[in-house]
Amino acid sequence: MTIDMAQFHQVFFDESFEGLDIMESGLLEMDPGSADPEQINSIFRAAHSIKGGSGTFGFTNIADFTHVMETLLDEMRDGRRQVTAEAVNVLLASVDVLREMLTATSEDAEVDSERVKAQKAELDRILAGDAAAAEVAEPDSTEEACARSEQTGWHIVFRPHSHMMRTGNDPLRLIRELGSLGELNVEVDLEPLLPLSEYEPEDSYLSWDLHLTGDVSKEQIDDIFDWVEDDCDLSIDPICPTQKTPAAAPETASEPAPKTEIKAVPAPDERREGDDRRTSDRRGSAKKSATGGGASSIRVDITKIDVLINMVGELVITQSMLSMLGEEFDISQIERLREGLAQLERHTREMQESVMQIRMLPISFTFSRFPRLVHDLSTKMGKQIELKMTGEATEVDKTVIEKIGDPLVHLVRNSLDHGIEMPEERVAAGKPEQGTVELNAYHRGGNIIIEIKDDGKGLNRDLLLEKAIERGLVPSDAILSDQQIYELIFAAGFSTAETVSDVSGRGVGMDVVRRNINELGGSIEIHSEIGVGSSFVIRLPLTLAILDGQTVCIGSETYIVPLVSIIESIQVKENMINMLAGKGETFKLREEYLPIVRLHEILGVKDAKAKNLNEGLLVVVEGEGRRCGLFVDDLLGQQQVVIKSLEANYRKISGLSGATILGDGSVALILDIPGLIRMAGNASVAFSKDARKSA
Amino acid sequence: MAESQVAELNNLQREGFSDEQNAQYLTFELADEDYGVDILRVQEIRGWDVVTRVPNTPSYVKGVLNLRGAIVPIFDLRERFDLSSQEYTKDTVVIVLRVNGDTGMRIMGIIVDAVSDVLNSNSSGLVNAPDFGGRVATEFIAGLVSAGEKMVMLLDVDKLLGQDQQSEQELAAVN
Amino acid sequence: MASILAVDDSASMLQMVAFTLKGAGYDVVEATDGQYALDIAKTRGVDLVITDVNMPRMDGITLIGELRKLPSYKFTPLLMLTTESSPEKKQQGRAAGATGWIVKPFNPDQLLNTVKKVLG
Repeated sequence: MTIDMAQFHQVFFDESFEGLDIMESGLLEMDPGSADPEQINSIFRAAHSIKGGSGTFGFTNIADFTHVMETLLDEMRDGRRQVTAEAVNVLLASVDVLREMLTATSEDAEVDSERVKAQKAELDRILAGDAAAAEVAEPDSTEEACARSEQTGWHIVFRPHSHMMRTGNDPLRLIRELGSLGELNVEVDLEPLLPLSEYEPEDSYLSWDLHLTGDVSKEQIDDIFDWVEDDCDLSIDPICPTQKTPAAAPETASEPAPKTEIKAVPAPDERREGDDRRTSDRRGSAKKSATGGGASSIRVDITKIDVLINMVGELVITQSMLSMLGEEFDISQIERLREGLAQLERHTREMQESVMQIRMLPISFTFSRFPRLVHDLSTKMGKQIELKMTGEATEVDKTVIEKIGDPLVHLVRNSLDHGIEMPEERVAAGKPEQGTVELNAYHRGGNIIIEIKDDGKGLNRDLLLEKAIERGLVPSDAILSDQQIYELIFAAGFSTAETVSDVSGRGVGMDVVRRNINELGGSIEIHSEIGVGSSFVIRLPLTLAILDGQTVCIGSETYIVPLVSIIESIQVKENMINMLAGKGETFKLREEYLPIVRLHEILGVKDAKAKNLNEGLLVVVEGEGRRCGLFVDDLLGQQQVVIKSLEANYRKISGLSGATILGDGSVALILDIPGLIRMAGNASVAFSKDARKSA
Repeated sequence: MAESQVAELNNLQREGFSDEQNAQYLTFELADEDYGVDILRVQEIRGWDVVTRVPNTPSYVKGVLNLRGAIVPIFDLRERFDLSSQEYTKDTVVIVLRVNGDTGMRIMGIIVDAVSDVLNSNSSGLVNAPDFGGRVATEFIAGLVSAGEKMVMLLDVDKLLGQDQQSEQELAAVN
Repeated sequence: MASILAVDDSASMLQMVAFTLKGAGYDVVEATDGQYALDIAKTRGVDLVITDVNMPRMDGITLIGELRKLPSYKFTPLLMLTTESSPEKKQQGRAAGATGWIVKPFNPDQLLNTVKKVLG
């Protein structure tokens, strides 16, 4: 039977990456000196699984590397080795190398063998540091009784211990196997057999004297007896015609099995060579097939599948009930029909929810990288920082998990770098030496909230404003609220670091962070107090497939505004409206002038009812940090809508993020708020806009 | 696979290398002219139904339709070809087509006056489209075929609707 | 056809073992740790158990020990999946009542040969 092992590779990689995360977080929590054995055990187990899998699936280099890690962990687990900070650090670095190896292998790329070699040497160095685990030299037992060429076979004396059958081993099976190797001459010793009255049917009494003739190696025989070497007395001697067979008296039961002989058998070097050859063959074939299977997979908790299956069951029952009702429908059954339809609706809704659940993964997939990050960076920066995480079990959409990682890393780095002060600075300010960064995730309303909070120095509004003016982002006479100033850090080309630091000064800026979050349909806000700390609050939709929408109407047309973008809806009064030179229509909302976007104009709706601003409503929305009022005829209801792509069969339309199907089967278009604000850009009053003008 | 084979066959036919293999076309009327599309591209034919207008698109894009959960754009072929437009009636028909674009297969609908017939054609009946200098750009015409008294213009669906996307993207870029 | 209980916390290994055995026509019951396997074993009999050693909740050696205590599992072949690096595991397994072991890494053919050998 040939089995394509490549089909298991994706699962292997998935679980190995999970295993690496377990190892990493376990190592980070490990207290050198007094490590929790269960913790080491779970790290060991993860390493062990990766080793087992990689060996089986033919990734020999990974198996070899993990083997060294496993050995080290095993000694720690058994208490044979102290858990030192050095060993933990080397293991952590090894986790990184292993991750690189797995990534490269999964992508069919070249593994950096130099790096692997160097890290393996590190591990070996740690291992060698403790001579306690000295290897016991294998005794050389190949003292052949006669030359291999002269040998004609083997004389085997096999006496099972009485309990042998209770290990599930059957002496007859072993003898049958021996018989398959060559010509077997069997003599049974019946003497130990007890009289029937004393006979224990579950015990073995017999022993065998066996002569095996043929070109059979000792290894082949040892393999057969491998499982029972402790459960029997066994002697295996070569038969040479030129020499009298040594009188092979079987050892007595009290004497331990002839370990030396048996142990020496699977000549380790030979065996390894064989393995290598086998695995490298398999690797060749795996490589070819791996390229095709690039589809991303998702691991789903079995209980979620069970819930779904139950629901489908219910749905089937409802369906059959309804079709029975339909076959001979009578108006008197209208009540039952209504009930059935209500049931159908409920099941359908529940099923939709549970299908969505399948895409949901705990945010810990993203959070798990932070302990390491904080550990490494705080060491590097000479700061003392404690990371507190809560709500790791909060579930979010898989796509969110994949896309929120980088923005979060950036924000956390930011907090470490610019938020938390140096220890002496903190002490001088009357704060504890150790700073705290908190990562919290929780559900609120239909959203996921992720908070990144530090007890550092907070954002300095004057410094920020100064910098923004200096960079020409705001006019020098601008009067801005604290909140507006904080928002400045999201402007393109703005960096708060006085000196561009190694940690957060490079690469993506906060503008990219905001854009990534907006792309996920989310938003980010800042709270800060000087000397006390800052917090960044990210609000994300629960899932990307469903959106909470506000239905609005303009003439005969219906559009969906994502609820997450809406701040409020207001009726405008004449005295709120201003015509600002060069900025078009604006309205004043709590000391702020916001542009009015007449949706019917921008969307080309011909039959809009409200033409004068006091006839309709303004929906105040925010996108990418800019606010405006969308002018519509009226608000309809709020509802959850399933997002459908316009691009699938047509193309992207500016101002629209997609479409959905309403209850009556018609299509409604979903507005892309940041896009609309950009389209209406000429009239925008947002501060960054001002800046662009004054620049 | 079948589609690509047919496309290849059609090419051969056009160039006159083909044997007696037949192709089938769905023919329809548009402003008293007869057109045809490769029947293998036709997913379904449905009556005209109200669509949702999509803002900032050319006028021949009538809007989008919910086709069993997929959002499908509907094009008015009269307007696309700059023929006089006409009120939609009960006879107005939407032909839903499978179109091969750069990004894979898309589903799109075209509005025509009425569906006529299925036409069997072989190599002998097919001729290259001459340049009419007229209403329908020859680039969208795969060939002409005679059906009795009538001349049927066979549309190249991919060029017609694929091209369309491109010009719209350019249009959008200008906007 | 004989039924086999396969136990492994690694999804890829479990899939591989189960797939191989099912392909050979065996009836395969899967469990993701020792405790789960023991729960299954208590409710039904199987002809062979193949278990990984290192697993959360209940490891393979404990599982073997517990299974041997069940009257219906007194003589059932119980195999463990182990790595060459752990001779002490073999000893512990044997002490707990394991029939034998399959050394990791193994390929599907090796697995099938061993299973055929044990099930006769």
